[in-house]
Amino acid sequence: MSQGNEVQRYATNERINHWFTAICFVLLAASGLAFFHPSFWSLSAVLGGGELSRFLHPILGVLMFLSFFIFAIQKMGDNMMKSYDWQWMGRIGDVLANRDDNMPEIGKYNAAQKLMYWFTFLFMILLLVSGIVIWRQFFSHNFAIDTIRWAAVVHAVAGVLLIITIIVHIYAAIWVKGTMSAITKGTVSRAWAKHHHPLWYRSLGNK
Amino acid sequence: MATATTMNIVNRSATTAPMPVKSNPEISVAKLIDESKCIGCKACQVACMQWNDNRDEIGSTVGVYDNPADLTTKSWTVMRFNEVERADGGLDWLIRKDGCMHCEDPGCLKACPAPGAIVKYENGIVDFVKDNCIGCGYCVAGCPFNIPRISKTDHKAYKCSLCSDRVAVGEGAACAKACPTKAIRFGKKKDLVAWADQRVKDLKERGYQNAALYNPQGVGGTHVMYVLRHGDKPEAYNGLPSDPQISPTVNLWKGMTKTVLSWGMAAAVAVGVAHYFIKGPKEVDETEA
Repeated sequence: MSQGNEVQRYATNERINHWFTAICFVLLAASGLAFFHPSFWSLSAVLGGGELSRFLHPILGVLMFLSFFIFAIQKMGDNMMKSYDWQWMGRIGDVLANRDDNMPEIGKYNAAQKLMYWFTFLFMILLLVSGIVIWRQFFSHNFAIDTIRWAAVVHAVAGVLLIITIIVHIYAAIWVKGTMSAITKGTVSRAWAKHHHPLWYRSLGNK
Repeated sequence: MATATTMNIVNRSATTAPMPVKSNPEISVAKLIDESKCIGCKACQVACMQWNDNRDEIGSTVGVYDNPADLTTKSWTVMRFNEVERADGGLDWLIRKDGCMHCEDPGCLKACPAPGAIVKYENGIVDFVKDNCIGCGYCVAGCPFNIPRISKTDHKAYKCSLCSDRVAVGEGAACAKACPTKAIRFGKKKDLVAWADQRVKDLKERGYQNAALYNPQGVGGTHVMYVLRHGDKPEAYNGLPSDPQISPTVNLWKGMTKTVLSWGMAAAVAVGVAHYFIKGPKEVDETEA
């Protein structure tokens, strides 16, 4: 689908899905960091204080997981690593240095995006499972104390690693100009599509 | 303990600023529970309920003397009854008053993410501050003795306060005051350690070769101590751990993980900013298509 100088990258429902996940993520990261380290305690104010954070954090967590999971299932096919993706990854140094000439032709997502997809997927599952174990109000009494302690470690580590992954995700969108409109208006320029994702651009019937 | 003591805070949960006051062994208080003198009357439980104005739900019998069957948010101390077969075929009926041990190095405080929800005073008492508690239950994961309980109504954590409110005005713990056999004593820790040493000596003379003071050093010592006739087997007393410590998992969680990952996040942002300044944005020639 394409009109004029723009091609569609994300449909309206996909963008709503993305931003719902993103808002949940921001609220979860803020309240989660407040629990993670005393230096971040002031962030507990984001959800209205410590007690409300404790109550809302796991509920938002489940909502984020569901929202992410709906999106992730739809995008799984596009995120399978192909041989050209590994070649692309081999030239990540050139990508970072903005030397984009003669890069291997790739599909809708590049190798770094695909790896980010799978890391996010992994951290989301770890967070969901460990989060249920440490959800004191409803679930913790079903688990052995050592399980709860390990779940707390896994939850903290996976949470921060997800935050770091999202920092990379946001930075990539800032760094690679012309990207942000994909998730705001839903479209990117033809030049952008052809330059960054040539196989995807041609699969849309363009030359 | 007839005089009021200072209740300066020496350790405060989720607080990075150092406390101006350090633990003071001179005014350190303790409760000594002499298991050999305990008759299991539960006067201590009643006194605890009465002083702290706790009225637990009426429970139902589970076939043993333990009543209630476990610590709850309103039963901060419970007598644990255990029948243990001896090597010579005899039977020991062991009774232990369970409750918060008031660790010198409290795992609950280490695990707590809410600033000031758990404090340790200069005299060694570890106290939960209800107003600051958020009800996450991390203290439960941090405790080596399985003591804190989270309320189903207000979602806050509860445990024995060692009658910090009484101690502040020069009174001893309510349970010690009520104990008819003086199995529970409250006083300065150094006095009680000396008293316990004498008591252990007496018990050894009476044939309890393994009698010992339980003041586990793995948690820096405790401000609730036991004299145990079978000091070599604390587990026989309803699973009292022989070498309690803050779990290595909790230390990992609240130690290295916190520090390394916090710097990791800062590094991710710094690398992004640096990359943008050094390499600049990636732009596409819009005439390419």
